[in-house]
Amino acid sequence: MKELMIILFSAILVNNYPLSKFLGICPFLGVSKKLDSAVGMSAAVIFVMLMATAATWPIYDMLLEPNGLAYLQTIVFILVIAALVQLVETILKKYVPALYKALGVYLPLITTNCAVLGVTVLNITENYNFVESMVNSLGAGLGFMLAMVLFAGVRTRLENIDAPKYFQGLPITLLAASLVSASFIGFSGVVDGLFM
Amino acid sequence: MGIYTFPVMLVGGIGLLAGVILAAASKFFAVEVDERATKIRECLPGANCGGCGFAGCDDYAANLIANPDLPTNLCPVGGAAVAQKISEIMGVSFEAATPKHAVVHCNGTCQNTKYAIDYEGPQTCAACNTMFGGRGTCNFGCIGFGDCVAACQYDAIHIVDGVAVVDPENCIACGACARACPKGLITMIPETSQIYVSCSSKAKGAVTRQACSVGCIACRKCEKSCPSGAITVNNNVASIDPEKCTNCGLCMSQCPTGAIRNVMYCDGNPANTAAHD
Repeated sequence: MKELMIILFSAILVNNYPLSKFLGICPFLGVSKKLDSAVGMSAAVIFVMLMATAATWPIYDMLLEPNGLAYLQTIVFILVIAALVQLVETILKKYVPALYKALGVYLPLITTNCAVLGVTVLNITENYNFVESMVNSLGAGLGFMLAMVLFAGVRTRLENIDAPKYFQGLPITLLAASLVSASFIGFSGVVDGLFM
Repeated sequence: MGIYTFPVMLVGGIGLLAGVILAAASKFFAVEVDERATKIRECLPGANCGGCGFAGCDDYAANLIANPDLPTNLCPVGGAAVAQKISEIMGVSFEAATPKHAVVHCNGTCQNTKYAIDYEGPQTCAACNTMFGGRGTCNFGCIGFGDCVAACQYDAIHIVDGVAVVDPENCIACGACARACPKGLITMIPETSQIYVSCSSKAKGAVTRQACSVGCIACRKCEKSCPSGAITVNNNVASIDPEKCTNCGLCMSQCPTGAIRNVMYCDGNPANTAAHD
């Protein structure tokens, strides 16, 4: 249990996907303008990360590794995740319209998002078992949500500042992102201490 | 060969399997879309301005199907032509929408009012409004940075002489400017009514008088003079009910400050303003 908590919290705080690993920067900068769309996007990311891990880990463990085909993992993972997200989208549309309405716009966006692919590949690289992989994916998703919500707050403030002309728009956003990212370095080493 | 065939077959097989599953899923889990919604969506202009009160043309079409009692004439961009088409698709009786246009309830031009503070912050009304409620002497008037101009997709509103002025010819009454204005100065009135109150100051008469030379000082002369009872003075500012107003213009001649104006003379041209005075 302690190991799982360490995995969960280090995925949220220390190895934060957008802010420390720089994965999923595209939605991090693109969808963080408003708080509600940032939350919607993050919820979709959590959902897809969990599903992708649940599908890819068994495939790697039972199909690829025993046959010595570990080098195929990237292409197989992309294929499986893309198909899976499409399938889930159709099923949600039919049976859970409310959830589809909340997540639907974002699902195709993150079909093969690098954060989603990254979490599945890193689960394999870190030699996590299935439960650990799922916990790591949940943590990665929650960390993504934390980063998005924090940064959406920063960006609403950025709207009202009088930036120099050449810093307006994306440059000042990138500067703010780097500061938020730098502040997350403060978390390194925290998690080991939390569960001593 | 063996080391190649198995990986190729594996990836190909997974791809094929995923394809078959997706094809089957799209058949079994297909959601029936009401074809009327698609038709209505094709009729709508696709401006996605939100003037109908929904999140966009798609949303309006979906809501029309979901709720048959919803009026078919809500689209201000398409007007009567689109409303008629929608009514035909929905099979309901057609009711023409009254065309509307926006008016700015402020005439605080550079001549009529003054700046109270020398504001150098971000050049938007929303930002300026957070500082002492704007930069002018009047706390209710147009700030003049043109948040409404930025919101307008139809080039129908401009800042002329420090105050927003609507061009009724281009205005389609989508209401984007009214939502953008931090002072809430802009309302939609029917195209048939021309007389409007060009002031929103809820301050007492004497205060308004000091801040602006054309403010409504709530003297109630218009209220008393109006033959059709269309004008009421509430919260120190007059308002005209467009349903009752007959455009007779009596109130304009009675108003001591010139706060009641005719949209026809409001293109910001000083000559026109003088003519109506």
